[in-house]
Formats: sequence, C-alpha cells, structure tokens
Amino acid sequence: MDQQGLRDIEYRCIQEEQPACQAACPLHVDVRKFMGQVRSGDFSGARKTLDRTLPLPTVLGRVCDHPCQAHCVRAPIDAALVMGSLERAVLSATGPAAKPLSMPGKGKRAAVMGGDVSALTTAWDLGKKGYAVDVYFPGDAPGGHLRELSPDTLPPAALAAEIEIMGRMNVTFRPGQTLDAALLDRLRADYDGVYVEAVSAPALGLSKADADALTLALADREGVYCGGFAAPGEPLSVISLAGDGRRAAVSLDRHLAGVSVTASREREGACPTRLFTNTTGVIPLPAVVPADAAAGFSPDEAKAEAARCLDCQCLECVKACTYLARYKGYPRVYARQIYNNLSIVQGARSYNQMINSCTLCGQCEELCPSGFSMPDLILSARRDMVSRGKMPLWAHEFVLEDMAFSLSDAFRLMRAAPGETTCSQLFFPGCQLGGDPAASVPAVYAHLRAGLPGGVGLGLACCGAPAFWAGRQDLAEAAMAAFHADWEALGKPRVIAACSSCQATFARMAPDIPVVSLWRVLLDEAGLPTSSEALPDGPVAIHDACTGRHDAAGLAAVREILAKLGIAVEELPASGKLASCCGFGGLQANAHPELAAATIARRVAESPRDFVATCSMCRDRLAGAGKRTFHLLDLLFPSKAADPARPDPGFSYRHEARVRLKRAVLETVWNDPLPPETPPAVRLVIPEAVRAVLETRHVLDSDLARVIAYAEATGRKFTDATTGRHLAGLAGARVTYWALYEMLDGVAHIHAGYSHRMNVTGVDRQEG
Amino acid sequence: MNDTPTYLPESGDWSCAACGEKLAPASVAVTYLQGGFTITLMTCQKCGLSLVPEHLAVGKMFEVEQLLEDK
Repeated sequence: MDQQGLRDIEYRCIQEEQPACQAACPLHVDVRKFMGQVRSGDFSGARKTLDRTLPLPTVLGRVCDHPCQAHCVRAPIDAALVMGSLERAVLSATGPAAKPLSMPGKGKRAAVMGGDVSALTTAWDLGKKGYAVDVYFPGDAPGGHLRELSPDTLPPAALAAEIEIMGRMNVTFRPGQTLDAALLDRLRADYDGVYVEAVSAPALGLSKADADALTLALADREGVYCGGFAAPGEPLSVISLAGDGRRAAVSLDRHLAGVSVTASREREGACPTRLFTNTTGVIPLPAVVPADAAAGFSPDEAKAEAARCLDCQCLECVKACTYLARYKGYPRVYARQIYNNLSIVQGARSYNQMINSCTLCGQCEELCPSGFSMPDLILSARRDMVSRGKMPLWAHEFVLEDMAFSLSDAFRLMRAAPGETTCSQLFFPGCQLGGDPAASVPAVYAHLRAGLPGGVGLGLACCGAPAFWAGRQDLAEAAMAAFHADWEALGKPRVIAACSSCQATFARMAPDIPVVSLWRVLLDEAGLPTSSEALPDGPVAIHDACTGRHDAAGLAAVREILAKLGIAVEELPASGKLASCCGFGGLQANAHPELAAATIARRVAESPRDFVATCSMCRDRLAGAGKRTFHLLDLLFPSKAADPARPDPGFSYRHEARVRLKRAVLETVWNDPLPPETPPAVRLVIPEAVRAVLETRHVLDSDLARVIAYAEATGRKFTDATTGRHLAGLAGARVTYWALYEMLDGVAHIHAGYSHRMNVTGVDRQEG
Repeated sequence: MNDTPTYLPESGDWSCAACGEKLAPASVAVTYLQGGFTITLMTCQKCGLSLVPEHLAVGKMFEVEQLLEDK
C-alpha cells in the first residue's frame, strides 16, 4: 500500500464526511457540534463554535438565512432543526462581540470595494490573517443591506460593535466612495490585491460570468477578485454573500502569499456530502415552538430543540461489529493506523493485534453504504507482514499447526467409493465437522452414497482457509494444489461441502472445481433422511455462517430443511447476507481470545432461543459460550451424542476425533485392514478445570504426553518432595512444553501444563 | 550470587529426579528472536537441568515473547 493507495482506501470510508447541514452551509459551520453543545447547555461552547467559523458572528448568527435547515436529515421525518433560531438563542445568552485572535501583520495591503456582507467578510478574514485592509464603500456607514433590516432582527448596536472590532483588526473603513472603474484602477495600482463586491458596485457592470467560479478571479485583472452578485428577482442571501466573501479572502490570501490560488479548493462553499445517516427507528418529534415567539427560544427551549439533533454519523459497520467498535475508531482511521504500522522499520508495531483480530467476515462491506471492505484491507496487511517476515508467531502459529495436522496422514483421506477409482461427487465435511466427536459424518456419507448416482467419494482434509486468513497464501495454495491433484485423479467430481468456509475457499482458490453446499444436495437431490427421533418443537434461531453469506441458495436450503422438519424459525437480526461471525473467522479467536469471547457473547445475546448452526466451528463456539446449539446435521441425523448442550470439544479432542473418523471410515466403509491402534505413549488423566486452562494456553494432550514419556524414559524431571509431583519440560522445534503431573499406576494425572517459545539453556531439547 | 531477575517456583521442595540433587539458583541464558537475557532459575547443580516455573512462562516470558515478535 502506497500513499495513493491509502488515500483511495480512506476515501471509501465516509464517516468523516460532513453532515448534511454543515455541507450545505457555504461557511461550513459545525452545526452538529453546535447542537451537541446547546443540547448539553454549553452555550458558551456553542458560541465559540459559531465564532470559529462565522465572520461578524453576532451579526451573521442573527441574520443567516440558514440553508442548512433545508438539508437537515430530520426534515423528512418530522421537522428540520431550526438552526437559525438556535443561533439567535445562543447569541442572546452569551456575551457581546469579541475580537478574534489575529495573526501578526504580514506587511501586505488589500483593498475591498463595497460595504455589504461579502465585502465585510473578506475584510474580516484578511484582517484576521494579518493583512492591512481598506474598505471603500458608498454612503457614511458600512453594512449595505444589513442596515435595512428591522432592529428586532438585527439590533444596530450589534453591527456597530462588529465594525468597531474590525477597526482593531487593522481594517480601515473609507466612506463616501464612488465605486467605479477609476477607483478600481487606482486600487489595483496602490494595493497588493483587491476584492470587488458586485452588488455594491453596479457601475462596474460585473456579472457572475466575469468571475472564475472556483477563485472569483476576474479575467485579465490579476489580483482582483469579484463576488457578491445579486441574483435578479431573488432576495439577497446573507450566507451566500458571506460565502463569496470567504472564497475571495482565501484567493487573496493565497495570491498575497504567492502560492497556488486554485489547489485543493473543491470543498469550499456549499458542497455535496456522502455521509450516510441511518434513520431507521428514529421516533418523530415535533419541533419545539418558543412560548414567546417574539423573544425566541428560552435556554431550556433551545436545549430541547437541539436535543432533536440526530448527531448524524455513519458508523454502520462499527455499530454491528464488536471488533470495529473495540479499537474506538472506524475504517478510515484504521486504514491509516495500519498503513503506519506497516511502515515502521524499527520499533514496536502496536497495531499488530488490531490487524490480526479482524474476523474477515465481510459484514462491514455488506453494511457500508460505499462498500468499504475491512477484509481486503486486513488481508493485504497480513500478507504484507508475512512477506516481510514481520508476522508475529503468536497471531496464527497454533492454528496453522492445527491445519497441518488436518492435512497430515493422521486425517487426510481422498477416496472414491469402495471398489471405484473415480467418482462424480465428493463429500467434503471439512476439518471442523470432522473434528466433532458427535458429528454424523459416516451417516451422512452413507446417506449420500445411497441417494446420489455416479459414485460418491469422501474427502477428509483441510481446505486451507486458516492459511488464507493468516495471510499465508503459500500454505493456502499448497493445500489447494494437493487437493486439486487428488480431485483430478478422482475424475473431477463435484464437491459437496458441509462447511461454508470450505465452499468459499474452493470458489476463491479453485474456480474450476464445481462445489455445492451439502444442504442444497440433501434438499434437492439425495432427499432428507427419515428419522424417528423426536425433534425440538422450536422455534429455533438460525446462526448463519459468515463465510456463507453470499451463498443465497445454501441459505435458503437451510430454511427449507427446517421447514420440512417442522421446526419453526425465528431469524436473528444479523442473518443471511448480514450474518455475524462467531469469532473464529479470520482467526480472531487465536489472535485475540478475549475479543472473540465478546464477539460470540454478543451473538448469543441476540435471542433466548436455541440456535441452529450450519458450521461446526460456529456450533462449538456458541456452545462454549453457553448457548444450546444444534448443528443442522444433529437434526437431520439425530443421535444421543448430538446434544445441543454438548460443550466445545476443544483442540485435543478434535484431533482425536479426526483420527478416529478416518479410522472408522477406513474400517467400516472400505474394510481396509488396519494395524491395531497404537496405544498412547502415556495415558493421561486431565481434570476438567485443568483442561479448560490447557485449551486457552493451546497445550494439547499430545504435547503433554510427549514430555511425560520423555521424562519417564530418561528420568529427566524434577520431583517435589512435599507433594510427590513431577515437573518436566521438553523443547520442540519452536515451543517448549511443561507438564506438572503425578504417576499413579502408570497413568499420568495432570495438574498443570504450560508452554513458552523462548529458548532456555538448561531445558532439554527433543532430538530431530 | 548475581543480580539478574530470579524466578523461583511458587511452592515445593524440588530436586532433580535423575541426579537426586537439590536445586539451587543459577544463571541461565534465555534467547528469542533478536533478544537475549540472563535470568536466575532453580537448577540442578550436577546436570544443569533448569526449572521454568509456570508463573514465569505464562507471565513475563509470554509478555516478552509478544513484544519481541511485534518488533
């Protein structure tokens, strides 16, 4: 990602776009902030917000014709916020005009021809910036048409006070002038720059077409800018005049400073905005009407009116995503943080965990009005880190080892049906379903073989999704290449995927492999199994897998199956295309277990109903968070083991279940002669409380067994004389594991297990 | 004695099972990625086998591992 790439990505996130009111204001008054301040009773803060943007604030704040109101997002719901009246209320409640901070003198002089609002604005802005400004105007007092307003609207003292302040800002008023071509020629000669207010100088015969729309520069008259045109037949708009005055002041400032007058000015003046504000659920509230119409809003009435402001923000993705909310920003901010993190040459990369905690589920992209994709951003960051050797091991190492296990001979199996060398279908349950000790993979396979023509093979392996999530494209491609070779040898069968992550992975990495969801096949082709087991009455809530959000046919099939089973369904708020992740996606649970727990807890809280999941990992995580959750296969192929309250089996049991599954199908489906099961090196007894800790530490039973077998064979261990317990450590290729245990009748009773990656001299290392 | 950080087991009366020796504090080198430290661990004075206590592995060591990996 380079600077330009970053800007392109940032542009996609619209959260920093101006709210509609601010965009519609030619001066871009921060109306949203103003409303927040008024709502909380901070009138002096609200006054500062006006002072920061408005020229002659005690005048403009009273007479502004508030184009913002027409753009207020509340307008179509009930009534626009009455910004004009609120400004007057704030001005009434706060002190008189005050001199703004001015910059030190710049030694350059500008002339202003005219005394109406645009001329006063230009003079105000340039005076504030440290230029000496002379204002040439007809008559004896400046103000133009402001002087024609009723004293109720604009007390004459307010204008006089602001004019007096301008005098202290190095602005000199020169009354009684004839604003003609001769004066303009003289001012051009005498000053470094000139502003001409057209409405005050009709003798010059200037029209809008004479001035450049962006800069208000007059053609062929360098250093002269012209604005403040009266539209024929329309009343003068105070704020439009002020907008012209400000635009001219920016041009003159740049002209006088000798820098580009045209660069980066697209956002000046009233402009469109891309900010999206979700108004779903906004309760209509009538506008507050002041009790005394002549006096305007009392402070309490102003607070009540400002409280109707919706505080327009987008944050559509952040509101829905636990991860995006966790880091207190929004995608645009995250993009910059990630860019900076990737740019660090030396020093701590403090956003590594943020980069590695996204679930890559893509819900944000579905919700974003402009299609911002965190997965695209995060994946490219992870790949960048991997390619430069900067991906920390803590982020994904354990999951990648789990994946390697599922790709090893311990689990991997790719076979056509018994007696066949090729097949037209290949059932691919995936590594997580294959790791569920209660899963009905053999029963599903038998059902598919009985119900589908052309021979159905079985594929036990990992699709490589974890590597893809980890940014390890090399490992993901290697896993897919191995699958692809076997798939070709099997006669290029259609793949029936039970897991939507596998399905999405095949579609992404090997588009030539036809793949369909198991649910569609059961519904349309093989038929649903018949079972005499009692099914829950429902209703149940469906937890759709986030990786299947785009598989409309698969999503529909799940609902049709439940309907055929006679189980009523209540949809969760985030379902189907908008499904929320369980916290495993993108390896969030590995990189940030605590955040993943918050992610799943939020999902669980969405409904008191039992859930039905179509992904084994989702089911296990939901169950682990205390939610009774059926896998859809539990309902189709019920068994006693398939209890919706069964806990997450955990990593060790999943490994064991995969090995058992492979052995079971080899024995019962293919009748392969198998060597007797190798007894474990050491038998372990692990109390549940200890096992729960081992799970969070990613210590497997096999790791402990290896350490203990070594210690018992060599005597290389410590013994505690007070308890008789042994403690042994053994360093492997990257990780050193420790076991605290007692040996009772040849069985190791585990009291604790832990690991570290640091190398410690004095700890034995496994050979080879 | 030395002044390196010392990490002893929180409880127990530990000896080396192979040598039958009581353990005593000794300097041990710890390395990881670009980092290298010396700490004091209970060690068999005869065979040099060192004991990494649980609180060290899941506490300070884990923290420093992450810091070094994020550099």
